[in-house]
Amino acid sequence: MATIKKPSVDAVLVGFGWTGAIMGMELTAAGLKVLALERGESRDTNPDFSFPRNTDELSFGIRGKLFQNLARETVTARHSMLDIAVPYRQLGSFLPGDGVGGAGVHWNGQTWRPLPDDLRIRSRTIERYGKKFIPENMQLQDWGVSYDELEPHFEQFEKICGISGKAGNLRGQIQSSGNPFEGPRANEFPLPPMTTLNSAILFEKAARELGYHPFAQASANASRPYTNPYGAQLGPCNFCGFCERYGCYNYSKASPQTTLLPTLLHRPNFELRTRSQVTRVNLSADGTRATGVTYIDAQGNEVEQPADLVILCAYQLHNVRLLLVSNIGKKYDAQTGSGAVGRNYAYQMLAGATLFFNQDQPMNPFVGAGASGSVIDDFDGDNFDHGPLGFVGGASISCINTGGRPIQQMPLPNGTPNWGAGWKKAMKDNYLYTANVGGQGSVMSYRDNYLDLDPTYKDVNGVPLLRMTFDWKPNEIAMTQFIGGKMQSIANAMGSREVKMSVKKPGDHYDLRTYQSTHNTGGAPMGLDRNTSAVNRYLQSWDVPNVFVMGASAFPQNFGYNPTGMVTALAYWSAKNIRERYLKAPGALA
Amino acid sequence: MRQSIAIIPVAALSAAACTKIPQTPGATASIPSSPTIATVLVENAPYSPVFFHPAEYAFLIAVVARLIPADDTGPGAIEAGVPEFIDRQMEGPFGHATTWYMQGPFVESRPEFGYQGKLPPRDVYRVAIAALELHCKTNFLGKTFAQLALAEQDKLLKALESSALQLDGISGSTFFSFLLQNTKEGYLSDPIHGGNKNAGSWKMIGFPGARADFIDWVGRPGERYPLPPVTINGPQG
Repeated sequence: MATIKKPSVDAVLVGFGWTGAIMGMELTAAGLKVLALERGESRDTNPDFSFPRNTDELSFGIRGKLFQNLARETVTARHSMLDIAVPYRQLGSFLPGDGVGGAGVHWNGQTWRPLPDDLRIRSRTIERYGKKFIPENMQLQDWGVSYDELEPHFEQFEKICGISGKAGNLRGQIQSSGNPFEGPRANEFPLPPMTTLNSAILFEKAARELGYHPFAQASANASRPYTNPYGAQLGPCNFCGFCERYGCYNYSKASPQTTLLPTLLHRPNFELRTRSQVTRVNLSADGTRATGVTYIDAQGNEVEQPADLVILCAYQLHNVRLLLVSNIGKKYDAQTGSGAVGRNYAYQMLAGATLFFNQDQPMNPFVGAGASGSVIDDFDGDNFDHGPLGFVGGASISCINTGGRPIQQMPLPNGTPNWGAGWKKAMKDNYLYTANVGGQGSVMSYRDNYLDLDPTYKDVNGVPLLRMTFDWKPNEIAMTQFIGGKMQSIANAMGSREVKMSVKKPGDHYDLRTYQSTHNTGGAPMGLDRNTSAVNRYLQSWDVPNVFVMGASAFPQNFGYNPTGMVTALAYWSAKNIRERYLKAPGALA
Repeated sequence: MRQSIAIIPVAALSAAACTKIPQTPGATASIPSSPTIATVLVENAPYSPVFFHPAEYAFLIAVVARLIPADDTGPGAIEAGVPEFIDRQMEGPFGHATTWYMQGPFVESRPEFGYQGKLPPRDVYRVAIAALELHCKTNFLGKTFAQLALAEQDKLLKALESSALQLDGISGSTFFSFLLQNTKEGYLSDPIHGGNKNAGSWKMIGFPGARADFIDWVGRPGERYPLPPVTINGPQG
């Protein structure tokens, strides 16, 4: 039993990153009394990300000062249903955020809209290649929401952030030097693209010569001074090279702190409580309605917080865990493929090429920004014919230089010893002369890649940990092998001395030790069919209609892009439907 | 040898070190504070280990000297202060595994799932150093690791790295991976953590350190950045 009971609020937000800040803005604007509960610390540019302390690579980049503290809460992982899962004890493969701003503080700012056909991937695949093209185990699902419906909300976020970029499709007109494959935009980006870095100049030239369509990465690192619709101001990015894993000291990277919180935190109908860890959503006796949440406060007290509306705005993994421990929705059963909560966990398939140049071509890798670079989308989504290739999905291929931080970002040529005089000499000879090409590939969903509660391990509050069952499948290996070939041909044309490839091969297993991507998706997929989705197309729980679930947990599978553009557009779309429809007649929206 | 201790105001160091204090672009953002007026101890005194016993520290000094030897290419791990760095790490959150999930049961798993042992790094060091020294004593006529010929030391480290050498009661390759990781961290991190003395490794590779403002250096292929490194606490050497 909770020892403290708080007065009721209209809406409680669980987690206070991007989606929490967006929901806070939208629901307070609708006149609701809104409370945000954030498990982590209060954080702001000053003093938490201030110069020079934020250049401390060991504390931020390596020890992960801004990330989730795994001692308190983690996940367990295994490769197959036959294995026993073990805890993700040290940070490696993915780096969930913590504290105010969440991962919106330490993202790179690479901002994407998915392709229109990404959102109807099942329909599109069947139309173009036939139903037999989909592997038996693959749970390919349409999203239930269209690009056109989301278009105003993609733009809404881009304007909040002052995204720097160049449109490739303006109201159906293809624009030169933008992404010709993208869906139509109503308007040009708020800011022009960032200045092209040394390595990206070479990438762009090589890609163009090979007949591809390079364009500037859309970036939440401002290319010019910018004032957003709320009056929050961003300064131009100075390419400091401390972006992902770090907060921005320069007010250049869009984050909740730099775009929304200066307004939201001053609204009288908004309250933020930090160090408040929600442990469950409370339901009415018949389980059809949420009555609020229970959380552990900073002093360790259990607190009951009643609310009319519960919005889960935590990281994807945590949203799914809260649904499972709160018995909201039908739990996914991987044996039968039935149930929706925990279903369709997916990730990101990355491939890498490192280029080593001769000493007459310094690349100055420390001159970097999280989202400055050049990209091609020729081999992403269904922008190319998959028929003869036999796999679903693709990847964006980019040359983005986020920095040259020497512990983490020190690629060395093939054959370099791990230590000793040879290792040291290789660093000296190569550090200034390296560049990277990356492939960010889609990952489809499968019957036996899923999330459930671990039977053994618990968090610091005694709540079961989430269990991740995940491994690479032949479809993604085939995709990345294909993408790796394309990357290598571009990298070879960039004029380096040596190209070192890192591409997954058949038989490779998912490795949690090395960083790959904090783009964990699924587990509470959205859709039109309540048998295969946990939330409807408005991110509303099918089973408990006053619970909404934000975040990448709603992705039915993952595309070949960074998720934040989609996650935030979905939050705005959900908020619009809550404001315009749900609040007038609380109940199921679909 | 210099043994002086200088007391220098932080503000003076920062003014010299930083390219500029970040400017606040607008009224909605809060204003970064000026550097705290305080004093900082700049010391050149020899370091006295806090965690490691003298014999362990002698081992550590010998082993990091093999992982990053001193030569004409650049500083070695000893002059870079790596032993001090590792000792300080053992006393901090890393050594205690403060942010690692350390609840049992502890189950052996495939290597892809990461270190699953129950010992925090400081205990891995302590237990493994003792086991390795016992191995040396038993197999090399009572010698310690530090007393072995350099070629013999390298051979042992390679055997540890490849798991060819099994230590009693602890995974030698796990220990080696912590040791190598921490040695590289101490060599390449900001000097505030006790390693990378005088930003020696940064000078060697050409990393400008905490400058963190390269607006004038974007899109200038073929031009080498001209300025030496600065650190969080100011210019180094």
